[in-house]
Amino acid sequence: MIAFLIKRLMHAFVVMFVISVISFAIQSNLGDPIQQMVGQSVPESQRAELREELGLNDSFLVQYGRFATNALQGDFGYSYFFNEPTTEVIQRHLPATLELVIAATLIIVVFSVPIGVYCAIRPRSALSRFFMSVSIIGISIPVFLTAIMLIQLFAIGVDFSPFPVDTGWGQWLNGVLSTEGGMPSYGRGNDLTHLFGTWDSNFFSLDGLTYLVLPAVSLASIMLPLFIRLIRAEMLEVLQSEYVKFATAKGISLKRIYFVHALKNTMLPVITVGGVQLGTMVAYTILTETVFQWPGMGLMFLEAIQRSDIPLIVTYLMIVGLIFVVTNTLVDLVYGLINPTVKLTGKPA
Amino acid sequence: MTTPTATTPSRWKRFRNSYLVYSFKRDWIAQFCLAIFLCLLLGAIFAPWLAPMNPYDLTQISILDSELPPLWIDGADPLFPLGTDAQGRDLLSTILYGARVSLIIGFGAVMLQALIGVTVGLMAGYLGGRIDAFLMRLADIQLSFSTLMVAIIVGALIKAVFGGAVYSDYAVWLLVLIIGLAEWPQYARTVRASVLAERSKEYVDAARVMGYRDRRIMFRHILPNTLSPIFVISTVQIANAIISEAALSFLGLGMPETQPSLGSLIKSGFDYLQSGSWWITLIPGAVLVVLVLVVNLLGDWLRDVMNPRLYKG
Repeated sequence: MIAFLIKRLMHAFVVMFVISVISFAIQSNLGDPIQQMVGQSVPESQRAELREELGLNDSFLVQYGRFATNALQGDFGYSYFFNEPTTEVIQRHLPATLELVIAATLIIVVFSVPIGVYCAIRPRSALSRFFMSVSIIGISIPVFLTAIMLIQLFAIGVDFSPFPVDTGWGQWLNGVLSTEGGMPSYGRGNDLTHLFGTWDSNFFSLDGLTYLVLPAVSLASIMLPLFIRLIRAEMLEVLQSEYVKFATAKGISLKRIYFVHALKNTMLPVITVGGVQLGTMVAYTILTETVFQWPGMGLMFLEAIQRSDIPLIVTYLMIVGLIFVVTNTLVDLVYGLINPTVKLTGKPA
Repeated sequence: MTTPTATTPSRWKRFRNSYLVYSFKRDWIAQFCLAIFLCLLLGAIFAPWLAPMNPYDLTQISILDSELPPLWIDGADPLFPLGTDAQGRDLLSTILYGARVSLIIGFGAVMLQALIGVTVGLMAGYLGGRIDAFLMRLADIQLSFSTLMVAIIVGALIKAVFGGAVYSDYAVWLLVLIIGLAEWPQYARTVRASVLAERSKEYVDAARVMGYRDRRIMFRHILPNTLSPIFVISTVQIANAIISEAALSFLGLGMPETQPSLGSLIKSGFDYLQSGSWWITLIPGAVLVVLVLVVNLLGDWLRDVMNPRLYKG
């Protein structure tokens, strides 16, 4: 176990090292910090002096050493646009993104487990087939398009009236097909609850929640079908296994077999995939936040690209890289802990 | 394997009698999907002849025609069956041209992915040892990041280095490159898994005993036997590549508005959604969804029929 732990940590360390080298290469090759610091009128001799003073003439390795030392101490330089330390800019935007991811995760967990289990228990029922077809359609809709459709349906509203309005049933059918709109689709709203530090939360007021619903649903929409299919597939496999047959023969109630015995072993692989997907969701926040102008890290990153704000881009890369590496390492470790059959030393099976 | 005699059926006949065609004839969903896919593909290929107007030609566009609704809504112009976008371009024509760009990028990116991934997978699986460990570690690391994330970051960096104007000029090639580089590990892992299964078979030993070089054994002997999983993931990868391209274009890291793909059409229409012109963004969106959906369904069907031992995980 300890060998496995050390190996995984070494692996994570190497990946972070590679990310930092790439980030540094970007930072040192893109843009001229002197240009950013001084105006046009400063003579070349003074620029050269400043360059020497800041150590920009040192070798790549020396400069990287300085960059890495600063980065380890949480100093990633100043954002060109915000004119403050990039870490502070990120800290301001991080809570919004985290809340979005948490809300989407909640939606995924609450819906995927019961639906997935149902589809596995009754694979041939009409409802299961319906869920499976909806899920393949869901996989085929890009997340930004889901977001746009949600805005059209629930923020703008759809007035669809193909039936005659002068009859009662026509009016009723038109009412069913039309939506009213009015949901907020822009930003986080004003009714935020201050938690601590830079963290303002949308979770603790009704108004805040209405702002959260549409972005969270669209972010969840990309992962939900995947999870339903995964849980269904794993559960179907588990239900074929000997111990489930034995439990049935023993006369244990079906409910207990499904939800206690089978579900436990279904969730093992689901948790590992889920952990990795949590990291992946960070990528999709860029799209969701762009559509809803949600003031999180993804939107900040995209704006930083448009403004060529190199230090901020680099800091974002490092932080997102760290999130990916940490979630992946944790998932591997947890999996090793809860599933003793995994070969810990990583030898090929 | 079979000696060519007078009774050996021709290649076409063998194909017609294959299980693939047999199950295709019995599966109406697959037929339906293939029909729609072929319609979209032909529409895209022949867009210059089918489209009522050329959206790249500024002389054919009149700003006075902008934001006209589709035919079935009051105030439409019969000249523009699906309405017009904010610049007054006929939406039907821009969608045909846009699907063309999306499909070119999708196929191009998948070809690049396959080229890199198959080579890497063959080398890792056949040569083994250090090379295998190194290449697969590389694939693992890249896969641990979301492919979309990699694509967005690479796209953003290229745009920052070369500037927006150059990026727009070479957008098609850059997108093929970005999406191709972002998703090769999928191929590499699939191919490696099948190569590992094939490597220990007797025909490989025989080839080795006959003194063939590694390259010949890898590409001429092993590769043909790993084709069916490659074929299956290719369909899914085309769907993924089209979605990735649309996402990049939507973020402004893809095709410029002057040469729109389906993604950049959705992006340019999104600004007008709040003013009620839903068709500019939702009609190209619907076309994109249908295209990706039929490709995904065909991929599902292929996987069921060919049932290759896909590498799990």
